[in-house]
Amino acid sequence: MRLAPYLFAGPAVVLYVVFMLIPVLYAIWLSLRAYRLQAGGTFGRRVEVFVGLENYIGVLSDPELLASFGRLAIYGLIAVPLTLGLALLFALLLDVPAVRAKRFSRTAIFIPYAVPGVVAALMWGFMYLPSTSPFSYLTEQAGWGPIPFLTGSGLFGSLANIAIWGGVGFNMIIIYTSLRGIPDELYEAARLDGANELQIALRVKVPLVGPAILLTTVFALIGTLQLYGEPMTLKPMTNDISQTWAPLMTIYRDAFLTDNLPAAAASSTILALGTVALSLLILGIVNRKRFGARS
Amino acid sequence: MTATSVRVPLSAERRAAKPRAWGAILPTVILVIGAIYCLIPVIWVFIASTKSRGELFTTFSFAPGTGLFSNLADLFSYGGGQFGMWAANSVLYAGVGGVISTLVSAAAGYALAKFDFRGRDLIFYSILAGVLIPGITLAVPQYLLLSQFGLAGGPLSVLLPSIISPFGIYLSRVFAASAIPQEILEAGRIDGASEWRIFRLIVLPIMLPGMVTVFLLQFVGIWNNFLLPFVMLSNQGDYPLTVGLYTLLAKGSGAPALYSLAIIGAAVSIIPLICLVLFLQRFWRLDLISGGLKG
Repeated sequence: MRLAPYLFAGPAVVLYVVFMLIPVLYAIWLSLRAYRLQAGGTFGRRVEVFVGLENYIGVLSDPELLASFGRLAIYGLIAVPLTLGLALLFALLLDVPAVRAKRFSRTAIFIPYAVPGVVAALMWGFMYLPSTSPFSYLTEQAGWGPIPFLTGSGLFGSLANIAIWGGVGFNMIIIYTSLRGIPDELYEAARLDGANELQIALRVKVPLVGPAILLTTVFALIGTLQLYGEPMTLKPMTNDISQTWAPLMTIYRDAFLTDNLPAAAASSTILALGTVALSLLILGIVNRKRFGARS
Repeated sequence: MTATSVRVPLSAERRAAKPRAWGAILPTVILVIGAIYCLIPVIWVFIASTKSRGELFTTFSFAPGTGLFSNLADLFSYGGGQFGMWAANSVLYAGVGGVISTLVSAAAGYALAKFDFRGRDLIFYSILAGVLIPGITLAVPQYLLLSQFGLAGGPLSVLLPSIISPFGIYLSRVFAASAIPQEILEAGRIDGASEWRIFRLIVLPIMLPGMVTVFLLQFVGIWNNFLLPFVMLSNQGDYPLTVGLYTLLAKGSGAPALYSLAIIGAAVSIIPLICLVLFLQRFWRLDLISGGLKG
C-alpha cells in the first residue's frame, strides 16, 4: 500500500527524468561550455572548457539567429490568431442549432489533423509551385502570371496557411466540445433578457469557453515555436528558404552540420525558456483576470 | 387540452422558423467554405497521384491523369520496397510507442489522482512543467545522450523518447480523479485484493475511455513527428513515413521524376490515418482536454 503509488508512478518518473529532465540539464550544461584549441603538439588540442554565458552572448548577437526569430515572430503573428480565430468561429457556428451539413463540415475541417505537418507542407508545396499550382494556373490563364507563394514575403503567408490548415480542426473540436458542456438554461436566460444569437455567442459562449481558448492558445504558441518540418519540406522548392530560416533549423545546423554543439545548446535553451515564459505569461494574465473577476 | 397541445408546438415552431431562415444560411455557408478549404489539398493530392510524370506539369491541376497504377507500382518498388518499410516503421513507432505511453500515463495518472504520498506534488508539478517544454527542443540533447549509450541511430532512439508524454499523464490524472470512486478502491482493499490486482481489474477498465483519448493523441503525435526521427535515425530502412517522404522530396529537386513518387506517397500515407481518426472520432473524450483546465 505504501509502496504502490511509487510503483505506479515509477515508470513515468524514470522516463521523465531520463528523457526530459536530464536532456534539459545536459543542454544547459553544454551551453556553458565551449571547444578551445590549446597550444601543444603540432596542431594543438581541442579541449572543452567552461566559458560561462559566452555562448549566449554569441548566439544572441548572431544576426542570422536573430533574423530567424524575427521571421518566426511574423509567421506566428499570422498563424496563431488566424488558427484560433477560425477555430472559435467554426465552433460557434457548429453550435448554432439550425445549421445544416454539420457533420460533414465538422468532419472535413477535422481531417487535416490526421495529416502530418511534413505531408501537409508537401501537398501545399505542390499547390504553391508555379508549375503544378492550380491557383497560379488560373491567374496565368487570366494573364496575371503566377502567384508568388514561395518567394519573398509571400512565404510567410504560405507557411502560416499550412499551420492554419493543420491546426483549425483540432482546436475547433476542443472549443466545440467545451461549448456543448454549457447548460442550455444559460442561453434561455439570456434570450429572456432579449439577447439575440450573436450577442449570446459573444457575451455568454465566448467567456464560458475561455479555459479551452486559453489552452489552445498555449498549444498553438508551443507549436509555432517548434516550426521546423514545414520550412524544411518547402526548402527544395524555393531558393528563399535558407539553412537558417527558422530558429530550429539554425539549431540543427549548429548541432549536426557545423558541429558547434555549445551554440546549439544555448539556442535550444533560449527557445525553451522563451516558450515557457510566453506560456506562463498567458496563463498568468488569464488567471489574474479570472481571480479579479471572482473577488 | 387540445388547445394547448396544438398551440405549443405551433408557437415553438414559429419562433424556431424565424432564425432558421436568417440565422442558418450564413453559418452553413461559412462552415461549408471552411470544409472545402480543408478538403482541397486532400482532393488535389489524390487527383495529382493519378497523373503520369508528363501530365503532372502539363495538365490542369484538378484534371485526373492516367498514371495511377504505374505510380503505385513505382512507389512500392522504389529503393527495393522502401515505402512499405517506412509505413511499417510508422505503424511500429506510433502503435507500440502509443500503447506503452498510454499505459505508463494511466498508471502515473492513477497514482497522482488517487494516492496521497510523499513527493506527489513535486512529481505532478514537474511533469506539468514538462507540458510547456517543447518536445522538439529536447531532440538534440536527447540525441547526444543516447549516442553516449550507443542507442542513437536505431529504432529504439525514436521509440523510447516517444513514450514519455507529460500531457498524457496530466489527462490521465484528470480522468482518474473524476471517474474512479474512492469507495470502489476501498472495497477492493477490504476484500484483500492487492494494489496491482485492483489496478488491473478495477481501475484500468474504468479508465478505458480516457486511455483511448490519450492513445489517439499519442499515436497521431508520434505518427506526425518529423524532427525526432530525422535527428535520431541514420539508416534509411528505419525511417518513418514523414522522414522518408521528406527525403524523396529533397532528392526530387535534383530529379523531378521523384516528385510524382512524393505525391503518390503522400496520398497513400494519409489514407490509413484519416480512416483511423474518422473511425475513432466517436470514442474521443475531448471534453477531457477542454474541461481539464478547470479541475
